[in-house]
Amino acid sequence: MSSEDRGQKTENRFSNMSETTIPTGTVEAGVSPAIPPREKLTKKAVTADHPTWCPGCGDFAVLASFYKVLEKRQLDHEKIVTLAGIGCSSRFPYFVNGHGAHFIHGRAVPLASGISLARPDLHVFLFGGDGDGFSIGGNHLDHGARKNINMTYFIMDNFVYGLTKKQTSPTSPIGFKSKTDPTGAIDQPVNPMKKLIAGGATFIARTHAANVVHMMQLIERAMDHQGFSVIECLSECVEFFPDVFDPANPKKGGSFELIQEKKWDNTPEDELRHDVTDELAAYKLAQLPFPGVFGVFYQSDRPTKNALEKKWIESSREKTGNASDLQLLQKTFDRMK
Amino acid sequence: MGEPANPDLTAVQPPASAPTPAAERADLRPENIQDAVIRLAGNSQDGIQSAGAFLARLAGRSDQDVMTYMTIPATISGGPSLFQVRIGTGEVLSSGDEADFLVAFYQHSYQDNIDFLKEGGVLLYDSDNVEPNLDDKRFVYVGVPITGLTVEALGGTAKDKGKNIFVLGLIAKIFNLDVEKLKKVITEKFAGKDVSIVNTAMMAFQAGYAFPVGKVLTHRYQFEHIPKTGGRAQITMDGNQAIAYGLIAGGVRYGAGYPITPWSSIMEILRSEFPKYGGIFVQAEDELGAVSLALGFSYSGYLAVTGSAGPGISLKSEAIGWASMAEIPIIVCNIQRGGPSTGLPTNVEQSDLHQAIFGSHGDSPRVVLAASTVEDCFYIAIEAARIARKYSTPVLILSDTSLATRIEAFDEPDLSKLMVDPKPDLTPREGGFKPYDLDRITQHVPPGTRMLDGKYPLVTGLEHDEHGHPTGSPKLHMAMTAKRRKKLQKLAEEIPVPEVYGDQKGDTLLVGWGSTYGPIHDAAKMAREHGEKIGALHLRHIHPLPNGLEKIFAKFKRIVVVEMNDQGVYGFGQLATILRARFCEPKIESVTKTDGLTFRVREILQGVFPGKFVSARGYSPNRSVSSNGEQDIGLARAESISQGVG
Repeated sequence: MSSEDRGQKTENRFSNMSETTIPTGTVEAGVSPAIPPREKLTKKAVTADHPTWCPGCGDFAVLASFYKVLEKRQLDHEKIVTLAGIGCSSRFPYFVNGHGAHFIHGRAVPLASGISLARPDLHVFLFGGDGDGFSIGGNHLDHGARKNINMTYFIMDNFVYGLTKKQTSPTSPIGFKSKTDPTGAIDQPVNPMKKLIAGGATFIARTHAANVVHMMQLIERAMDHQGFSVIECLSECVEFFPDVFDPANPKKGGSFELIQEKKWDNTPEDELRHDVTDELAAYKLAQLPFPGVFGVFYQSDRPTKNALEKKWIESSREKTGNASDLQLLQKTFDRMK
Repeated sequence: MGEPANPDLTAVQPPASAPTPAAERADLRPENIQDAVIRLAGNSQDGIQSAGAFLARLAGRSDQDVMTYMTIPATISGGPSLFQVRIGTGEVLSSGDEADFLVAFYQHSYQDNIDFLKEGGVLLYDSDNVEPNLDDKRFVYVGVPITGLTVEALGGTAKDKGKNIFVLGLIAKIFNLDVEKLKKVITEKFAGKDVSIVNTAMMAFQAGYAFPVGKVLTHRYQFEHIPKTGGRAQITMDGNQAIAYGLIAGGVRYGAGYPITPWSSIMEILRSEFPKYGGIFVQAEDELGAVSLALGFSYSGYLAVTGSAGPGISLKSEAIGWASMAEIPIIVCNIQRGGPSTGLPTNVEQSDLHQAIFGSHGDSPRVVLAASTVEDCFYIAIEAARIARKYSTPVLILSDTSLATRIEAFDEPDLSKLMVDPKPDLTPREGGFKPYDLDRITQHVPPGTRMLDGKYPLVTGLEHDEHGHPTGSPKLHMAMTAKRRKKLQKLAEEIPVPEVYGDQKGDTLLVGWGSTYGPIHDAAKMAREHGEKIGALHLRHIHPLPNGLEKIFAKFKRIVVVEMNDQGVYGFGQLATILRARFCEPKIESVTKTDGLTFRVREILQGVFPGKFVSARGYSPNRSVSSNGEQDIGLARAESISQGVG
């Protein structure tokens, strides 16, 4: 390939992703008969290993909702990327048949950020738990949110460390008896909604693993949102913290209280509804005592880092007169003579 | 310095002191010189680095070899700072043990550096700030009221800013430099800035150049011009620039980092350069985020870079282990400084070699390369990218403070032959693909690649089978551990055996790695001139080592490994330890030092030939040496430059 070609392709990376991605089966079929046309994406196609979770774990319902969303949205199979750090819920990528990575504890947000920034053609899904997201990965969560890097992050919050068998987690309530707090947890737990609002995430929602329909709705909205989208899902650990989320589960006598979002219909009842773009209102909702409310707390259309970097690339490329890589580097070396 | 001394130069003492009869001065400067070491000593805000850099660039443009050395204080602003330029018409390997020409801006600059001035050398000092001991007849004294004249020339508004350029004018006059070329270099530096800045610089330069040095020095010097025939144009840059541009040539377009001295300038360059090439460099929230971002870029199909100095590499080491396990390529630069912990932030040390090779939990093979010169920083980055892609493994590049801050001139690379295409391979994969096939060296499949049998691969840090499924099978863990290790053994087969400099067989073989290339080769050269049968071998590929070193070692009676780290509990430096483990060779010895300063040629000679080698150039036998860690405290104190806390 000539250097000019190379420069051209670099320039086109973001304006025309077909450059680095594979055309659809129908287009390809005419060119290369060896490549079969794309088949419908079924639940079977996206199912991989049988989950290793304990029977009754809330995470099964999350996985089922995810399968359903993939089936409903018919994404290109090769563009689905599932990523995770460490924890019970972070085993998620093994159970999805798709490209993916099982990374180290707490660092999945920056891993996902790299993939998202370099490859805007991909759907980047990130799964993890409360320890991975709010404790060891807490700093990355804040900065992923601040930078507003485009991805969908689903946090299965069970208020306990399950994989290591019942230690206090950053969301364990005060008084929770664990192996590391045998007389009851004494540290103030993280409030995930408050943390995310303060961090600057641009789509912040909360759901419950007992409500598959609600989970699916939120996953879809998070996917469609341009930016750092986080869903906290109360997902019960039947082994080490059973029944803790019953107060929000109607099947167990609790009440699942939904956030009523403004419809902007100028009716008097709309006055009482929640404006998802209102940060302070979102913060007030986050203040409500456990089990709190569910739905979208906050959403903003603040530009993503992906878009801002793309803009910078475009203006930098323009300033160089769209020179090839070779011309650019040669010019730099000419200045060093 | 050119060897023949021409004693007809007469320098005049500053008016305040009694003139020194010419007969009393030893070793006067020759008019026609081939090589000079100029040391500028001041404070960090005086711009002596830029003045030195102008000289270096000018030398590069005049077909001269050039090497620089600088120290930066760790304090935010202020503190002693020095920049040393060695310009030569022949081969310049090291920045020089001693200066021929010392410029001292302050009393402390004079006091701290006068011991580095060669006997008979010239001290140019700011007579507004410095009172030298004129009774010390070893040197030629040239006092110029640099501060006063600069303020006068610039109208007094700039305080003493511009002293550096004033001195550059003086040096240009004394060394008969090409003024037009030098002015061009200065103008280019300020290109794009306010035109008044260029004008001010030119005024300061003219004032310095017009200063009647004839009153204090009756002769000027002239570098012999030996045009290079058939050579390519000379490029002048520092080691960090060379790594950054080498990465670009090697097809790296994405990366992430976190600021730390002395790595930061690489990330600064890449942050502005990558977008021009369609890529992105991210300043991450911390070192762990930086390495994880880089792994995300690499996994997505674009080989990426991260880097740091020792403290940051420590933080990255878990993720580097993941890259080794998951078999994801990544380039990690470690611009070493003095350690452990925060250590000596702005000094040089080669004490991260074992960290580079072994610095993760578990058996986590990775490739370690070390750059030997500024030019090599460029080529080693390209080599790192090649190896990372081919073997799908982490590759560490070791550089250090000395290379990072040193400016050298080198032949312009032929970029058209070197540029690598960064595009990922996303062609659909046939059925039956195994991401961790035990029978071959595997590369991961980037996301976005269609798998035609509908089975998609997962990369993982858990031990896995050939398909990437987690496994606790003892048999598979053994097989996979061997798979990851065998990649390095395969690589060892293709690495060229380095050439031996000097004698191909004999009594002594000096072995080095990294930035000590220059002083070690200068030491071998000097020892040979004095009749020693000595060769020098420099390793760029440190882990794995190239095959066949044992054949070279067999030809020498002693193998002396020279490196800037501690002798360790068992008496051997870090590379020496590796070589002894690899070759079980008792004739491997170790010379180390830990004073945070680059090796001087005579330190190496005294370490290698204790008590024997006393006749080298500028070699005063009453000065002690550090050998094998047995440091002379007096020397360490004399050479230390006071540092702030970083």
